Amino acid sequence: MSQATLRVQKISGHAGSVPGEGTQREYTVAKLIDVTTCIGCKACEVACVEWNDMPFSNTTFDNTYQTMPETRWNYWNLILFNEHEKDDGSLMWLMRKNQCMHCADPGCLEACPSDGAIIQYTNGIVDFQQDKCIGCGYCITGCPFNIPKFNKETKRVYKCTLCTDRVSEGLEPACIKSCPTGCLHFGSKEDMLQIADTRVKQLKEHFNYPHAGVYDPPGVGGTGVVYVLHDITNPEMYGGLPSNPSIPWTVKLWKHPLKWLGNVAMLGGLIGLFVHYLKVGPKAHDDDDGHVERQGGVRP
Amino acid sequence: MSQNEQHVRPGYVLRYAFHERLWHWVAGFSYVYLLLTGLAFWSPWLFWLAILLGGAPVSRMLHPWIGLIFAVGVAQMYRMWASQMRITQDDKDWFGAVQYYVRNEDEKMPPVGRYNGGQKSLFWGFFVCMILLLLSGLVLWLPEYIPWSWRYLRYIAVLTHASAALLTIGLFMIHVYMGVFAERGAFGSVIRGEVTLAFAKRFHPRWYEEITGQRSTPRK
Repeated sequence: MSQATLRVQKISGHAGSVPGEGTQREYTVAKLIDVTTCIGCKACEVACVEWNDMPFSNTTFDNTYQTMPETRWNYWNLILFNEHEKDDGSLMWLMRKNQCMHCADPGCLEACPSDGAIIQYTNGIVDFQQDKCIGCGYCITGCPFNIPKFNKETKRVYKCTLCTDRVSEGLEPACIKSCPTGCLHFGSKEDMLQIADTRVKQLKEHFNYPHAGVYDPPGVGGTGVVYVLHDITNPEMYGGLPSNPSIPWTVKLWKHPLKWLGNVAMLGGLIGLFVHYLKVGPKAHDDDDGHVERQGGVRP
Repeated sequence: MSQNEQHVRPGYVLRYAFHERLWHWVAGFSYVYLLLTGLAFWSPWLFWLAILLGGAPVSRMLHPWIGLIFAVGVAQMYRMWASQMRITQDDKDWFGAVQYYVRNEDEKMPPVGRYNGGQKSLFWGFFVCMILLLLSGLVLWLPEYIPWSWRYLRYIAVLTHASAALLTIGLFMIHVYMGVFAERGAFGSVIRGEVTLAFAKRFHPRWYEEITGQRSTPRK
């Protein structure tokens, strides 16, 4: 028996059923990123590049603690740095580890037209299969987090795999492994949410962050990356983390109502024209002068 | 060879000159390619079309280029025909009587010039859709060059491209049905350029009068 797709619960651009849906016991996995204890050391950035054997690329120095403006096709994990001024005038240096969020309802997968180019494993990891990618870039449009990145040479799109290769061997992702402060955790989503809740309680009760909270946005069905934030009411200040992310409504409209309407209209049009031809037939005109042949027909 | 030089058989009249036929088929063939590859990306049930046409990455790579050819074809038809395609009161009357046209009771139709109201609408439909498809297609062609702050452009483009394409599919089906099946002689006119005098008299009596200087069949 082929195991290839048994652990897959969603497939992009796929007609028919999905082999792995509901067939196995499996934990939904998640990363927990406690933004409040990140020191911006970027060990996770290096670990990601190292483990995934990615070529080194130039960094951009812009007088901040950020390596480059946004993630790249060969740089999947980036600490976003933001200086935030609080109401009392004091400053906060915010470090947010940015990478694929591994949404439960992935916009990339929804938008992708290529069969099997984007899959979601039963443990929740969303993974790109570059051999099946056609380079259309619809995933870039579908993603509410600006994650999939296009490689102009290979004409394929790349992003964080949540170290599928490591996780499938029972190891934690490379970024988690490298974190020196314990701000990164990995495990079942249930466990991660529990740790997150405990930490939020701590932040509220002992560290004077009354708006502390867990970021697990319901607009995309929850995410495989969960943040603990000092201020859940303003996730935008952490380098533009969307406060209520969802798949763009035009993508939803295009992939559902418009698709059905279009299919029905196309099929109906074909049938309609065929029936019209059976009933009414071609327009009559004869090739000599003026008289129309059709009127001479005999009907039994 | 110019329009005037082309040999026309007796009993026939030249309806489409060589350059008109040529540009029509530039648009026609490119449209069929765009339709097939577009449908492959539209629905997983039709993805095999892209595989049949050389593989999905190849289809994705060629679709925009063929799209440019289609745009040029339609633009040329605009250049050649736009002035003849102005919607007039006659066309509104034509649409008022369209139920007779559908039932093939053409003798009840108001007289028509070189193009009837339906043909003119088809022309404008394709022209407008081509503009929409071209603009949205450029965004879809190179999504990696659209910065994140301009992402709404991409959001609009995916919906516009699919909607405009669906509209053209409706127009295309009617166009092929009329040209190949319903109006005998119409397909030949866009291949050889000629239609019979009877065809001209029957479907385009005003145009017939214009080019022959003769009265068409007395009308009811």
